[in-house]
Amino acid sequence: MELENLRHGTELIKRGFAKMQKGGVIMDVTNADQARIAEEAGAVAVMALQAVPADIRKAGGVARMADPVIVSEIVETVTIPVMGKARIGHFVEAEILEALGVDMVDESEVLTPADNKYHIDKTQFTVPFVCGARNLGEALRRINEGAAMIRTKGEAGTGDVSEAVKHMKKIMGEVRELAGKNKEELMMVAREIEAPIELLMETAEMQRLPVVNFAAGGIATPADAALMMRLGSDGVFVGSGIFKAENPEQMASAIVEAVNNYDNPEVLAEVSKGIGAGMKGQSVDSIPEEQILQTRGW
Amino acid sequence: MLIGVIAIQGDVSEHVHAIDNALAQRGENADIVEIKHSGIVPECDAIVLPGGESTTLGRLLLKEGISEEIKQAAAAGIPVMGTCAGLILLAQRGDSQVAKTHQHLLGLMNTQVNRNAFGRQRDSFETDLELPFLDSSYRAVFIRAPAIIDYGQDVEILSKIDDRVVAARQGNVLALAFHPELTDDLRVHQYFLDMVKGN
Repeated sequence: MELENLRHGTELIKRGFAKMQKGGVIMDVTNADQARIAEEAGAVAVMALQAVPADIRKAGGVARMADPVIVSEIVETVTIPVMGKARIGHFVEAEILEALGVDMVDESEVLTPADNKYHIDKTQFTVPFVCGARNLGEALRRINEGAAMIRTKGEAGTGDVSEAVKHMKKIMGEVRELAGKNKEELMMVAREIEAPIELLMETAEMQRLPVVNFAAGGIATPADAALMMRLGSDGVFVGSGIFKAENPEQMASAIVEAVNNYDNPEVLAEVSKGIGAGMKGQSVDSIPEEQILQTRGW
Repeated sequence: MLIGVIAIQGDVSEHVHAIDNALAQRGENADIVEIKHSGIVPECDAIVLPGGESTTLGRLLLKEGISEEIKQAAAAGIPVMGTCAGLILLAQRGDSQVAKTHQHLLGLMNTQVNRNAFGRQRDSFETDLELPFLDSSYRAVFIRAPAIIDYGQDVEILSKIDDRVVAARQGNVLALAFHPELTDDLRVHQYFLDMVKGN
């Protein structure tokens, strides 16, 4: 086998990787021990970061990419894929994460943006990217920049699922509205939502986003996770919800089982029993506007 | 005819579409069912284990009671195809990673697997592969792919990359390290449908 005949980092490989995560739970972890717990519980991947969103919120200051020492430890510890968060527009943080062997980069609004105008040109990377979105236009702009996966933004670190619900319903609704529109009508929609027309036409044709779409931001219980699956997400990201829960091991397993049985209320009832209290959380309404994370990204 | 696709996690809909399209090419009809719970596998004439995360898949197959049903179906001669994570689950023996994570394996093939034989996602690749049942090369997509690193005499080797086996068959069980469901080339799914038809 000639190594130069192997093609790396193609769109097919990047989007294909995201497809392998479908129906799964991706968990935020801040060290190797937490990563091991997530893997044991059945997570399909872990997201390596310095602090979970609830703590980032509490700590204030500038939130950056995780310490490479910690990222490397996590990469060494688990056999499931490892993702890492880079600041919006911070392509050097993304390059460092890629060099560390991270399997996917999350260009995340949870960290403090490094660029207030541009996102990373994700086509320049071998590893795939996941980006947040609150509506169809935002999702298609990110895909146009090379994102292989979209996640709804929700409002991270709150344990309040309402924003995740809002964003998922918004995107699913906007996709449904495209059905039956002709090309000139789609061109008008593309202008209105600031999305590339080719991707919008592809979305209208497929009746779904052209890449995998996960739910994120505020998912704190098995029921929350199942709710997001019922609304049409391909899987879920859980951040503070696990390691801010009373019993992270049990909460992690219960959320994995809830995603697998999202359409079965009897199983959901069983898995929700005896798992201890969820994270305390705070309602989105109680957060001052300048501390809202979801509005980051353009 | 009923074809079951294990739908616990991974790229399930891609396999369903590929099988659907492959059947249409043949002008044949069959029902395709997504399997999330026990009780369905025994009704199926063929089983597909899709790509996904093998640790997660193995754990939930066991928990849902599907694992034992697949073993019985395979023993009864029902054709089983595993792609990527599926190739790992079909094996009898794993590597140190499999041991470390207490991974559950179905053990349907006399093979030993290396879970990330080609490296991490940045090492994932596409390449042209020669397969003995096809008359021209096949564009194969490998994503954090595993490989068979040791096997018994009863295992028929279909394709290798260097010394790593990426396609193999043992009787009614077919294991592929790549993802035929991610491309429009349906020839590998056609080969599996031939197995199902007993050809």
